[in-house]
Amino acid sequence: MAHAHTHDAAHDHHDDHGPAKGIGRWLFATNHKDIGTMYMLFSLLMFFIGGAMALVIRAELFQPGMQLVDPMFFNQMTTMHALIMIFGAVMPAFVGLANWMIPLQVGAPDMALPRMNNFSFWILPFAFTMLLGTLFVPGGGPAGGWTMYPPLSQQLGDGFPMLIFAVHLMGASSIMGAINVIVTIMNMRAPGMSLLKMPIFVWTWLITAYLLIAVMPVLAGAVTMLLTDHYFGTTFFEAAGGGDPVMFQHIFWFFGHPEVYIMILPAFGIVSEIIPTFSRKPLFGYDAMVYATASIAFLSFIVWAHHMFTVGMPLAGQMFFMLATMLIAVPTGVKVFNWTATMFKGSISFEPPMLFAISFLFLFTIGGFSGLMLAIVPADFQYHDTYFVVAHFHYVLVPGAVFSLMAAAYYWLPKWTGHMYNMKLAKAHFWLSTIFVNVLFFPQHFLGLAGMPRRIPDYSTQFADWNMISSIGAFGFGLSQLLFAYIVFACIRGGEKATDKVWDSGRPHGLEWTLSSPPPYHSFETAPEVK
Amino acid sequence: MAHATTTHAPSEKYYVPHSSPWPLVGSVSLFLTVGGAAMWLNHSNAGPWVMTIGFAILLFMFAGWFGAVIRESEGRLYNDAVDRSFRMGMMWFIFSEVMFFAAFFGALWYARNFSVPWLGGEGTRALTKILRGDNYEAAWPTDGPGDVGGDFDVIPAFGLPAINTAILLTSGVTITIAHHAIKSGSRGVLNVFLGLTIALGFLFVYLQGMEYVEAYQHYNLKLTSGIYGSTFFMLTGFHGFHVTMGAIMLLVIWFRCLKGHFTPTHHFAFEGVAWYWHFVDVVWLGLFVFVYWL
Repeated sequence: MAHAHTHDAAHDHHDDHGPAKGIGRWLFATNHKDIGTMYMLFSLLMFFIGGAMALVIRAELFQPGMQLVDPMFFNQMTTMHALIMIFGAVMPAFVGLANWMIPLQVGAPDMALPRMNNFSFWILPFAFTMLLGTLFVPGGGPAGGWTMYPPLSQQLGDGFPMLIFAVHLMGASSIMGAINVIVTIMNMRAPGMSLLKMPIFVWTWLITAYLLIAVMPVLAGAVTMLLTDHYFGTTFFEAAGGGDPVMFQHIFWFFGHPEVYIMILPAFGIVSEIIPTFSRKPLFGYDAMVYATASIAFLSFIVWAHHMFTVGMPLAGQMFFMLATMLIAVPTGVKVFNWTATMFKGSISFEPPMLFAISFLFLFTIGGFSGLMLAIVPADFQYHDTYFVVAHFHYVLVPGAVFSLMAAAYYWLPKWTGHMYNMKLAKAHFWLSTIFVNVLFFPQHFLGLAGMPRRIPDYSTQFADWNMISSIGAFGFGLSQLLFAYIVFACIRGGEKATDKVWDSGRPHGLEWTLSSPPPYHSFETAPEVK
Repeated sequence: MAHATTTHAPSEKYYVPHSSPWPLVGSVSLFLTVGGAAMWLNHSNAGPWVMTIGFAILLFMFAGWFGAVIRESEGRLYNDAVDRSFRMGMMWFIFSEVMFFAAFFGALWYARNFSVPWLGGEGTRALTKILRGDNYEAAWPTDGPGDVGGDFDVIPAFGLPAINTAILLTSGVTITIAHHAIKSGSRGVLNVFLGLTIALGFLFVYLQGMEYVEAYQHYNLKLTSGIYGSTFFMLTGFHGFHVTMGAIMLLVIWFRCLKGHFTPTHHFAFEGVAWYWHFVDVVWLGLFVFVYWL
C-alpha cells in the first residue's frame, strides 16, 4: 500500500511509466490492457470450469438410467453451469474485450475511470469463489435452475445467501464495468470521431453497457426480495400474503431478456468488424447496423414474458409478448442480411477469425429461427421446458456468443501479443469446434420436439440415441477447447512477429491497426485525428 | 471552462493513475461483508464478526480511495475531460439506482394490479378463489388471504409522511441555494445552507425512524404484514438507507467546504452529491404518492 501512496503523491509527470514490476502490476492495475487481459484469462478459466460441469451433465445423459451422479448433484450442475457460463465466462470475456479494444478503437489513452475498472474486475474472483463455495456447504449448490424461481430456489440450504450475495457482487461488477464503457465512449473519443464514425464494435458495446446499467439493478432487486422472503418474513412471492411467485418471474425476465442481448450484441459488433476485413469490402449498411442494434436493445425491454408463456397470463399479454418478440426478427434480419451483403462479391479469404465469423453467421441464424418458433404462443406450450429450448439458447450462446469470442481472440490476439499464432492449429480448432458443436446441439432439437424435458437426469429410452450422439459431441467440443487454450498461451509466449496491421492483405480498418503490435502501454498518449 | 481562480493550470493530459490498492481492498471488504452476512444468516457465530471486519475495511477503503481522489483533485491533476468522466459516471450510477428502485415499485404495481385482484377471483381467475376455498376479497392495503402478520393499520399519508415530504423538498431548495453560493463564491452562504440541508436530511431520517417505531408499536404494521408490509418497508427502508448515505455524503462535502475545497468552476464532488440528493428526493415523491397516498 505504501507503493500506491507514493504514486498518489507524486503524480505530475507519468509519461514514462511502463508496467509495474511483479504481482502488483495485476493486483493494483489501472491499465486497460492489463485489466482486459485479467478479465479474459478469468473468463477462460470459468469457461473450463463451467464446461466441466456441462460434461458431467452430458456424461450422466449419455445413456438412460442413473449412472454417475445423484439427481440433486445433477441439478446443481445444470444450475451452476448456467450461472458460471453466463456471469463468469461470456460476460467477463466481452468486458475484457471492451477493455482492450475500446480505448484502442476510439483513440484514448485508457479507460475513463481506471481505478473503478480494476474494482469491477477484482470483485469477480471473489464473487465466483462465493458461488463455487456453495458446492461445499450443507445443502450443496443452487439446484433450482439459474433463474432462481421461488419457491424452489428458496429450498436451498446454507448456499442460499451465498448465491444471492454472489449475484449481488456480479451485478455490482457489471454495473461499474458498464459505466466505465459508456463514459469512455462518450468522453474519450479522438477528435473528429463522431458517433456515426465509431467502429461498430464500440457501438454495440455502448448499447450493451446501457442495457447492463438498466437491468442489473433489477436483478439485484429481485434476488434481494428472494432473500427477504427467505429470512425476514416478507411475502413478495407468496400467495398467502398477497404476493405471487410469478411476480418473481416477471421481475427476473425483465432483467433476463435484455441480459441475453447483453451476451449477443457485442458478438454482433465483433462479427461486423471481422467480416469486412476478410471480405476486403467496407461493412454493408453501417448506419442500418447501428439502428438495428439500437432497435434490438429497445425491443429487449418489452418481450420478457415470452419466457413464461405457460405460467398463465392474460391472453392480451400473450399476444403482445408474442408479436413484440417476433418484431425482433426484423432488425436481426437486417444484420444477417448486411453481413451477407458485405461478403457478396467480396474477395474473401478464410483465416481463423473469418471462419468463426462465417460459422457464427450460419449457426446463430439457426438459433434465431428456433427462437422464432418458440415465440409462437401455442407452439411454445408444446416446446416449453423441453430440450428444444436448450438447443435454441445453446445455438445462440455457443456458436453465437462463444464463437464470436473465439473469432475476436483470433482476430486481435496478434495485435495484443505481437505474435502470430499457429494458423494450422487454429483452423483445426475451428473445424473441430464447428463440427462437434452441431453434433452436440443439433440432436437436442429432435429430443425436445419429441418431448424430452430439460433439467432431468434420466429419460425415457426412446430418447437414448440422440442423447448418446449429443454427449459424444459434448466431449468432442469440450476437448477441442483445450486446443484453443494451447494456441492462446503459445501465442502469448512467442511466435512469428506480427506486423502493425496484422492482416495486411485484408487492410483492416480502425485506429487499433495504426498502433504497433503489441501496442504501447498507454495506448494513445496524444489523441489521433479522425477525418 | 476557464479556471480563473486556480493558481496552477490544470493538467493537459487525461489523468490515469499509475496503480492503486483500493479496488483490491474494496473487493476483499465486499467479500468479507457479504460472506459474513451469509454466515450470519446460516447461524454461524463468527458471521457478525466477519461482517463487521469486512465493513470496517470497506470504510477504510472509502476513506483511502476518496482521500486519494481528493488529493489529486486539489492538486489540480484533473482536467475538464476527467471532470466530465466523473459527471457522466455519477449520472449513470444514479440511473442504475433508479432501476433498482424500479424493481420494487414494479413489485408494488404488480401486487396491486395483478396478484391481489387475482387472488380475489378477478377476471379469468375465478377458479383461483374457488380452489382456495376462502372468502378473500381483494383490497388494498392487504396482507393476503392468509392474513399474514395479522390485522394492521396504515400510516396516514397526510400526517408524518406529508411533513417528511415538506422536509425533503425544503432540503432540495437549500442545496440549490448552496449550489448557487458555491458558483458565486459566497462561502459563508454555502456553508450555512449546506449545513441546513444536512440537518434536514438527518431530521428526515429521524422522523422516518419514529414512523417505523409507531408502525410496529401502534399500527401492528410490520415487514411481515403480507405484501403491504413487504412493499412498504422495503421501499421506504431502501429509500431511508439512501437518504442516510446521501446525508453522510453531504456531510463529507460540508467538511471539505469548511476546509476551503472547491472553486466556483471546479466542484464536481459537490454537484455529484447534489444530484444524488435530488434523486432521493424524487424517489420520495414516488413513495409518497404510490405507497402512502394512493
